[in-house]
Amino acid sequence: MNAPLRRVAISVLVLFTLLIVNVNYIQVVRSDELRNDPSNTRVLAEEYDRERGSIVVDGTEVALSVPTDGRLTYLRQYPQGPVYAPVTGYYSLVYGNTQLERAENEILAGSDPRLTFRRLADLFTGRDPAGGDVVVTLDPAVQETAMAELEGVTGAVAALDPSTGAVLGLASTPSFDPNQLSSHDPQAIRDYAAELEASEHDPRLNRAIGDNYPPGSVFKVIVAAAALANGYTPDSVIPAPDTLTLPGTSTTLENFGGSSCSSTGEQTLIDALTISCNTAFAQLGIDLGEDRVREMAEAFGMDGEGRQIPLPVAPSSMGDPENDAQLGVSSIGQQDVRMTPLQAAMIAAAVANDGTLMNPYLVDQLRAPDLSVLDQTDPEELSEPVSPEVAEQLTEMMTSVVANGSGRAARIPGVEVAGKTGTAQVAEGVPDHNWFIGFAPADDPQIAVAVFVANGGGTGGDTSAPIAREVMRAYLEGQGG
Amino acid sequence: MSGTPSTDPRAAAPGATPPPPKRRGTELALLGFALFITLVAQAIVDLTITGSLRPDMLTFGGWITALWVVAHLVVRKFAPYADPLLLPAVALLVGLGLAVIHRLDLAAEQVDSTVTREDAPVQLMWATVGVLLFVAVLVVLRDHRLLSRFAYTLALIGLVLLALPAVLPSSISEVNGAKIWIRLAGFSIQPGEFAKICLIVFFAAYLVDKRDVLALASRRVAGIELPRGRDLGPVLVAWALSILVLVFERDLGSSLLLFGIFVVMLYVATERASWLLIGLGLFAGGALLAYQIFGHVQARVDTWLDPFAYRDGAGYQLVQSLFGLGTGGLFGAGLGGGRPDQVPVAKSDFIAAAIGEELGLFGLVAVIIVYLVLVERGLRTSLIVRDAFGKLLAAGLSFALAWQVFVVLGGVTGLLPLTGLTTPFLAYGGSSLVANFALVAILVRISDAARRPAPPVTPPRTALGDAPTEVVQS
Repeated sequence: MNAPLRRVAISVLVLFTLLIVNVNYIQVVRSDELRNDPSNTRVLAEEYDRERGSIVVDGTEVALSVPTDGRLTYLRQYPQGPVYAPVTGYYSLVYGNTQLERAENEILAGSDPRLTFRRLADLFTGRDPAGGDVVVTLDPAVQETAMAELEGVTGAVAALDPSTGAVLGLASTPSFDPNQLSSHDPQAIRDYAAELEASEHDPRLNRAIGDNYPPGSVFKVIVAAAALANGYTPDSVIPAPDTLTLPGTSTTLENFGGSSCSSTGEQTLIDALTISCNTAFAQLGIDLGEDRVREMAEAFGMDGEGRQIPLPVAPSSMGDPENDAQLGVSSIGQQDVRMTPLQAAMIAAAVANDGTLMNPYLVDQLRAPDLSVLDQTDPEELSEPVSPEVAEQLTEMMTSVVANGSGRAARIPGVEVAGKTGTAQVAEGVPDHNWFIGFAPADDPQIAVAVFVANGGGTGGDTSAPIAREVMRAYLEGQGG
Repeated sequence: MSGTPSTDPRAAAPGATPPPPKRRGTELALLGFALFITLVAQAIVDLTITGSLRPDMLTFGGWITALWVVAHLVVRKFAPYADPLLLPAVALLVGLGLAVIHRLDLAAEQVDSTVTREDAPVQLMWATVGVLLFVAVLVVLRDHRLLSRFAYTLALIGLVLLALPAVLPSSISEVNGAKIWIRLAGFSIQPGEFAKICLIVFFAAYLVDKRDVLALASRRVAGIELPRGRDLGPVLVAWALSILVLVFERDLGSSLLLFGIFVVMLYVATERASWLLIGLGLFAGGALLAYQIFGHVQARVDTWLDPFAYRDGAGYQLVQSLFGLGTGGLFGAGLGGGRPDQVPVAKSDFIAAAIGEELGLFGLVAVIIVYLVLVERGLRTSLIVRDAFGKLLAAGLSFALAWQVFVVLGGVTGLLPLTGLTTPFLAYGGSSLVANFALVAILVRISDAARRPAPPVTPPRTALGDAPTEVVQS
């Protein structure tokens, strides 16, 4: 019987070798794939075992982790839910994390190298390693007012401190409740996500930075800046016909609602901006030439590249006009000109800050769990699109827009406001986008703001300017001004 | 293989063969190593999870040490020539299993602090019962050949044990869909584990008896030697038995195990590969039939083929197991460092997944190799033992162990469809642990007979007719 026995012994060896080969395949070849599978909650569970850091606005935690009795030790909570959701994002078992929860994940989760030294210490002291806090630059009054004012429309508000670039507000509607995406119940999370997906305008998109839109007449500020930088003055008289036949085509361009800018067919630059004359600016852009307009647009930040604040910001650019006809249309913010609301706010902020554009930033400080500061953001200059003199002239013109022109709805009693409206055509039969950018007080700017209402259907002046007014007023009152 | 002749001149007295080494010292040293691993694993679990050794660590250490010392002393006294690797391999597996079960106890307490039920002490009690049974087998059963006298009684007992859960009401016999339990007064027994051993003893005795007929009488069909129709009876009976187990107890694992063991023993007994072919054919037919007819077999196979398609349902356990193994990677998360409690019933069916997650590929492969050592030492015993019954019995028991480990670990790692079999010596579960101790005790007994020198001085004349012709000393 020994011959078959030997064969059995060899077969057993083969079977066990098969086992070992298969285990190698799973634990080595497929290891990464299995480890990182979205349904593998092991890595996540380890993360949920640590106290994740908070996101702090003006001393208040807008995202924090609280201990639970459940399987996952900590639950992420957002006390003000939808108000800060565009900035905090969510922290989800099922869908991962977004916005600051994603951009600052390493600090919040405690895996950032700057926390490592402390965590080694944690190992010896027996404390649970905890994540660090992210202190953001948002102003609660600005953010809350912006969200309240946007209630019921699809839109966004971006507000900046012009002298530093600190982001004071980053609002977007419709918003969502991050608590419901960050719970510990995967089914409830999926149900809520399905509900969000069913809505026509994705509530999880932060429209202030996540997408770009045709800005309409807001772009005229850049054309005006290019003109002023190239020898024009606010009082330069420029052609402002009732209709403009675009060069090389038979297409004619009209003013808003077919109105007339001037009985004489020409007007001063300041008047053209004040009433937002389309034909005047289309011709001005063509006269200046693509290079000058583009140079100015890029200096204001519309360089076609995204940026990180540290949230990812969609690129803004003036597009690539192929001829003077397209350049004319681009000069009034149509054609392929696209900007994010944050970019629009940056234009206002640069004018407000004597022509110097500050790099926008959302994170003020990163703090270790013991509240010591790991990193403090220092304001930095991004570019100097116009000289202080030109900035002053632009301010004068934009003040006129609010005082006498299309932006009257942004006036605040006792405060001089500078601004520019925009009403962008989207497509035939689709309601226009409504924009307003501005800053206040005009002589000592504290806040620059951009309001975007998607398909608002009205004009920038009547739909967006009042929202900007309320946001600026809330901030100035909060500052004691 | 009975010990190489010594070159020591002092022992080379003319006409006297030196006794082969008993190797009990080796066994003791290896047991010490197994104990060391056991205690270190326990300490690591405690220190990683709770930060301090538990108060009853000393009691535990003393207890488990006493278990192996007693087992060793009994082997020394009653089976002095036994294979020195069998007991240490068992000790290592049991010790590792205790550490992992303790680790999973702590995980359950971490999740819900109101849970106070601990399975590790229960498993230690069962290990104690197992060692007692091990001792009893060695003390009572002085010669394995005695077992063949009770072959038919054991067959009957085996069949009754096997059939019992099927005829009992589901309320006391069914757990998770498989009707293989007897649950009485808080105890759960899987009689199939004991039936397995009884039936192997019977198979061995029966095949020794009938092997000449089964081996020689044949017809040639299409170039292969095939047995006569009427000789197909036994294999058909075993096949039918397996199918019955599958149908009435819904236990794919035991069914596969029984039939596999019988076919391999038949092959070893008759030395005819045609039995393997017939067995394979019957198995394939049965499997196909079962797949067509039974929903639960179909579900198992579908889940096996693509577990990720059923990740939230039937495939959940397997997928979690694969996640654990994948996350463990080469070195594992360390005992107490992973999340093996994410796999449902990790303590019993999926303990290998817990080992793979926390001890990594190296740990899991080490465990597989310990099993391999255990099985190959058993098969080696079968090779060198002199009597046919012992040969077949050792082969059957060893192969049963190998087959079970292969089917279980194959299931947990996705190589084979999942079955309800337990991982011998490692997994939580009293019946399996105790039964496997009995199994190893019989192997130890046979290995003692295999390596024991044939009594040279007073050859029993009465047994001459029974003795092999090469009894003459060389």
